[in-house]
Amino acid sequence: MEILSPSRFTAVLVKEFIQMRRDRMTFAMMIAIPIVQLMLFGFAINSDPKHLPTLVEMNDTGPVTRAVVAAMKNSTYFHFAGISSGPKASEEALKTGKATFVVVVPSGFERDIMRGSHPTILLAADASDPAATGGAAAALPGIVAAALRTVATGPLSMLKGGEDAFSVTVHRHYNPAGVTSFNIVPGLLAVILSMTMVMITAIAIVRESERGTMESLIATPVRPAEVMIGKILPYVGIGYVQTVVFLILAEIVFGVPFDGSSIAFLLGLNVFIVVNLALGFLFSTVARSQMQAMQMSFFYMLPSILLSGFMFPFAGMPGWAQTLGTAIPSTHFIRIVRKVMLKGAGVSEIMPDMAALGIIMAVIVTIALLRYRQTLD
Amino acid sequence: MTMPPDVQSSGEPVIAVEGLTKRFGEKTVVDGFDMTVPKGAIYGFLGPNGSGKTTTIRMMCGLLTPDGGTGTCLGYDILTESEQIKERVGYMTQRFSLYEDLTIRENLDFIARMFRVDNRKQRVDAALDDLGLSDRSHQLAGHLSGGWKQRLALAACLIHDPDLLLLDEPTAGVDPKARREFWDEIRRLSDAGVTVLVSTHYMDEAIQCDFITYIAYGKKLIEGPSNEIAERSGLVTWRVEGRGLAKLEAELSGEPGVEQIARFGTALHISGTDAKALNKAVQTHKRSGLTWSQQPAGLEEVFIHLMSSSRDNFASGA
Repeated sequence: MEILSPSRFTAVLVKEFIQMRRDRMTFAMMIAIPIVQLMLFGFAINSDPKHLPTLVEMNDTGPVTRAVVAAMKNSTYFHFAGISSGPKASEEALKTGKATFVVVVPSGFERDIMRGSHPTILLAADASDPAATGGAAAALPGIVAAALRTVATGPLSMLKGGEDAFSVTVHRHYNPAGVTSFNIVPGLLAVILSMTMVMITAIAIVRESERGTMESLIATPVRPAEVMIGKILPYVGIGYVQTVVFLILAEIVFGVPFDGSSIAFLLGLNVFIVVNLALGFLFSTVARSQMQAMQMSFFYMLPSILLSGFMFPFAGMPGWAQTLGTAIPSTHFIRIVRKVMLKGAGVSEIMPDMAALGIIMAVIVTIALLRYRQTLD
Repeated sequence: MTMPPDVQSSGEPVIAVEGLTKRFGEKTVVDGFDMTVPKGAIYGFLGPNGSGKTTTIRMMCGLLTPDGGTGTCLGYDILTESEQIKERVGYMTQRFSLYEDLTIRENLDFIARMFRVDNRKQRVDAALDDLGLSDRSHQLAGHLSGGWKQRLALAACLIHDPDLLLLDEPTAGVDPKARREFWDEIRRLSDAGVTVLVSTHYMDEAIQCDFITYIAYGKKLIEGPSNEIAERSGLVTWRVEGRGLAKLEAELSGEPGVEQIARFGTALHISGTDAKALNKAVQTHKRSGLTWSQQPAGLEEVFIHLMSSSRDNFASGA
């Protein structure tokens, strides 16, 4: 018995293409999704927020206070929204979200500095969102030190501290300016592909059983491989179209560099697309309705966004979560894309990720083929 | 109805299954089913809804795996050679199962490719001509009416010249004229040597079959040439016409010998297997305004009778 007849394989392929073309809504979605997501998230997500609303509680004023406030303003992290009248008003402002920071200058601040009794400036932050306040709070000591150096002349020259024993230099490789979109945009390719590939294949196959056409299909002498490959291949094409749209937008709109090897990129892309389609195929063998297939795809999307290192640093997760994340195909593809686009990686650098993707693919394809039934049982 | 002589004399049966059993969970849907269908016969498959007709047909062509039983279909083992069986079988599903978002031509083209038909283009063109749909071949199948869908489905399962046709309630919801034309086509195919297994609810279709089998609750109740079924059931029927039939029906029900009363238009059919007792009951109710006549039991009486007795069996846990 032959495994794949060209005639039957063509039949499935042609049928899928016709159905895909007739389903205008889905077809439009597949092309619109990458554009909308890229524009939306590429511009919207910023992990180093600036211009955070800040109030000042001025209990003293003088040259040092003015210098510190001016330096904070110049850093662009803080946007001074006004003066707070007292501790009560400050707390209210943090609670209602009117201010993310309140700077409290204690009374007698300038005098205490002159006396050398080390007064304290308080920076009260709304840390309910650590990501929002972290960057600004971390930058503050540097800002204050710089401010003090500018006023440390004449009578205030004692503010100038001694020389540090040593200095630290930080080199920010691959993304020296720390542009968030350079990090987000490559990751979005993984999100876009897995979202459309998994969901659309799952739905396309479940639709056959839901509409009853599966009965006609398997009443013919069709072989499993003909159904699987014939149904998957058209969506590989869609994946390519999405990738091309992505690459154009990433280059033109976001100016994300593409420093690495195109071959490495293509290798990763192909394996990742196949893994996602196989996963969609697997979902379709479990789901009984298009609705269920959709729900399963959504259930899969959340961890693949949150645990894959797309949104949050992978290294920051606890061990078990990293193990879980390692099982998600997007984790490895995001690494491949970031390596190739930002770090200029070639084929040899992405081999560990390719190996992981390959293992995941083998497992998913095996389970999907074992679960696929050529009967209505 | 007499059988074509070649039906009786042909050697190898097209379908020969024994003890076919299928369970869905706790429920035994088909239970120890035997069937032999000779070549070229039209074999009628009757039974109430949910009696296991569709399940049996699906097991014949490898769409379902039997839990028990053995058999051959077109000489191939139904358990291990379903791929070879599918090549030679045309299966028409109960519900329209071609692609509604494909055009008529695309559907036929798809099925022809799946069966690797030679001269595909000509075959599809010929099928469209036969259907009388050549000028509408670019219409979506989903936009066809019920009768046309049914004709398209038949054309699709004939495109590879199958030796065996499995038709699962092919005429459900189709108007009488279309049904008649459909059966003319089935007769023609049968004469050409194609074996047809057809399930139906309609008695006028059942009597067109060469053989009939009746199943209920997954069990075969009766089987035989359609003209012998009534005789085999041993059922005797009286027909009565006139006024006050509703009253008569109430009086007769429960009388000894009266096993079944069914209304047929303006008449009542009173049947029973014990001819003596039935005659006695009938004699006591003969009165003016009523016309009584004894007649051979029809298929419909037989099946209603079988159905009610099998329900009893089922209820008593048999």
